[in-house]
Amino acid sequence: MNALRGMMWLLVFQSAGELLGRGLGLPLPGPVIGMVLLLLALRWLSVREPVAVCAEFLLSHLSLLFVPVGVGVMTHLSLVSQYGMRMLAVVVLSTLAGLGVTVLALHLFRGRGPSPETALSAAKDADV
Amino acid sequence: MSDFVQLWVYLSTTPLFGLTATLLVYVLAHAIYLRARHAPWANPVLWSVVVLACGLLATRVSYPTYFAGAQFIHFLLGPAVVALAWPLWLRRAELRQRWLRLMVAALAGGSTAAASSLVLGWMFGLPRELILSLVPKSVTAPVAMGIAEQIGGIPALAAVFAVITGLVGALCGKYLFAALGIPTDTNGWAARGFALGTASHGIGAARAMQVNADAGAYAGLALGMQVVLASLLIPLVFSLF
Repeated sequence: MNALRGMMWLLVFQSAGELLGRGLGLPLPGPVIGMVLLLLALRWLSVREPVAVCAEFLLSHLSLLFVPVGVGVMTHLSLVSQYGMRMLAVVVLSTLAGLGVTVLALHLFRGRGPSPETALSAAKDADV
Repeated sequence: MSDFVQLWVYLSTTPLFGLTATLLVYVLAHAIYLRARHAPWANPVLWSVVVLACGLLATRVSYPTYFAGAQFIHFLLGPAVVALAWPLWLRRAELRQRWLRLMVAALAGGSTAAASSLVLGWMFGLPRELILSLVPKSVTAPVAMGIAEQIGGIPALAAVFAVITGLVGALCGKYLFAALGIPTDTNGWAARGFALGTASHGIGAARAMQVNADAGAYAGLALGMQVVLASLLIPLVFSLF
């Protein structure tokens, strides 16, 4: 029952997001507004408990949801045969650049700021 | 034999066929992925797409006919984007504590991915609408389609690019992170997961969730942040030009 209630909440917040986005002419997609609204509503247990069950199920099978749209590549075979290698090169290179920049940004600046591990190790250093 | 052909003609045109084929192929591909111990080359999305596309081409079933059934799975992408609030909620303490660093990393990675695809696409001489479909490729497919439509790209192509981008991250991430010397401690996993969620959205995040719990949580966080940032900023930047 909780899974069903969770699905209901997800759809309710997606619909609310669509209505709000279209009604106010916001530049964000409906599900994104729905996500922000749900994040605010998760403080209530009656929303949180069912959503947890449904969200964990849905997100653990997230990759399945991309299959139908991925198969759509077959409708663009002419573009693929004409520009395929160049498009693939752009996708691979820019994805690696994005991954590299993100991981290095987090890795290189991990020591600064009020993270508990660094605060702890700073305290130890001060003792020595 | 002719009975069989008639049966196939009937079956292949009902929505039941597309839905059943998608689930059947994915469950098989996932079982192989588990058997291969999550080896990047065995990625279930990659093999499901390849097998289904080849199968449809071989049996001459059109994509719209297939999609009539597969749309029931495709539809769940919307609720799945809403469900991203859950990993954000679970990590709200970290988000509050490290929001500045995470925001800087998300902005740096997201804008690098978008800007580099624009520049590389232009350098490689791709047509304008192809380049504009490439720009939002680091955002999860349904959102990438919406952004592409706003800035003048082709939504269906944007979705395909998003899927390929996800696969590139899921396939190559491990080797890139090792080459960059990112450790496999808690901080290292967090950074790896966050990068996968930022640059290769749901497919990268799905990979991170399968490999390590910390990486998965940060990937979900990054995915949610990137969806909001990209759908706000990419159309805004393009409206300036």
